[in-house]
Amino acid sequence: MNSAVIVFPGSNCDRDMAEALKLVSGRAPAMVWHRESELPDGLDLIAIPGGFSYGDYLRAGAMAAQAPVMRAVREAAERGVFVLGVCNGFQVLTESHLLPGALMRNAGISFVCRDVPLIVENSQSAFTGGYEAGERIALPVAHHDGNYQADAETLDRLEGEGRVALRYADAVNGSARDIAGIINDAGNVMGLMPHPERAVEPAHGNSDGRRLFEGLLEAVGQPA
Amino acid sequence: MKTRVYVTLKNGVLDPQGKAIHHALEGLGFSGVNDVRAGKLIELDLDPQVGEAEVEEMCRKLLANTVIENFRIERAESAGSPGA
Repeated sequence: MNSAVIVFPGSNCDRDMAEALKLVSGRAPAMVWHRESELPDGLDLIAIPGGFSYGDYLRAGAMAAQAPVMRAVREAAERGVFVLGVCNGFQVLTESHLLPGALMRNAGISFVCRDVPLIVENSQSAFTGGYEAGERIALPVAHHDGNYQADAETLDRLEGEGRVALRYADAVNGSARDIAGIINDAGNVMGLMPHPERAVEPAHGNSDGRRLFEGLLEAVGQPA
Repeated sequence: MKTRVYVTLKNGVLDPQGKAIHHALEGLGFSGVNDVRAGKLIELDLDPQVGEAEVEEMCRKLLANTVIENFRIERAESAGSPGA
C-alpha cells in the first residue's frame, strides 16, 4: 500500500501515523509538507494526522483546510484515493467539506485524553472491514474539539446510509448521537476522533487500531 | 476601511464555552443571567473598493463555519466609533 502522511505546522501525530502505516503495510509513507501542491503518484491512501495544525487558530482545522496541499488531497479524494483523517485530521476534513458536519468544543469544555469504548457500526467499509459489525473495541482519544455536530437531516442521512462507522459506547464529548467516526458518500474518505495509530502493537497496551489499517490493506488488494 | 465581522453560534447549537461562562458568572454571585453565548469578533482593515459581497465571501469561505455559525458584517460607517 502506497501511502502519504500530510504534515502541517502543528501536526503532532504525523510520526505515529507513519510508524503505524509502516508497521502494518511494510512500506514507509511519503511525508508531504503542507506547502506542496502535488502528491506522489500512485497513492492508495492519504492520512491526515492529529495535532494542532496552525495552532487551531480561528477553528480547529480551518487554516489547514486552506493549505495548498489540500487542493491536491481533494482532487485525489475525487479520484477515489482513500483519505483517513484522525482527530485534527477529521477536523481538517470537515473544514474542507470532504466530510459533512463540524467538530465543536467538547460539551464538558475539558480536554479528554483516555481510552474509550467504541461500537463498530459498519464493518462493510474499506476502513472498517477488519472489524465485525456491532463489535466493541477501545481506542485512545485526546482532543478538545471532538463534539461532532450536524443538522438532523445530515445525521439521519449518515445513519441511513451506514456512514456512521464508529460510535462512542458512552458519551465522551457531547457528539450528536455519540458519533465518533464517519465516512463520505463515496466510501473513500473517513474521519474519526479516536487514534487508531496509537493502538497498533502490544507495547501500546491495545492493538484494536491495527485492524483499521489491515482492513485498508485488504481494500487496496494487499492483505496483511 | 474598518469592517467588523461578528461570528456567533447558530441558535440551537449548544455553546459549551457560553455555558461555562454562565456558570462562572453565577459562581461570582451574579444572578439574573438567563443565558450566555460566546462568539468571535474579527476586525478587518479593507481597501475601500472591497465590497460587501466580497466580505460575505470571506465569511463563507473562511471566517465562519456556516454549518454551526452565523456571521454579521458591520461596516465602519454603521459601527459607531470604530477607532483609528
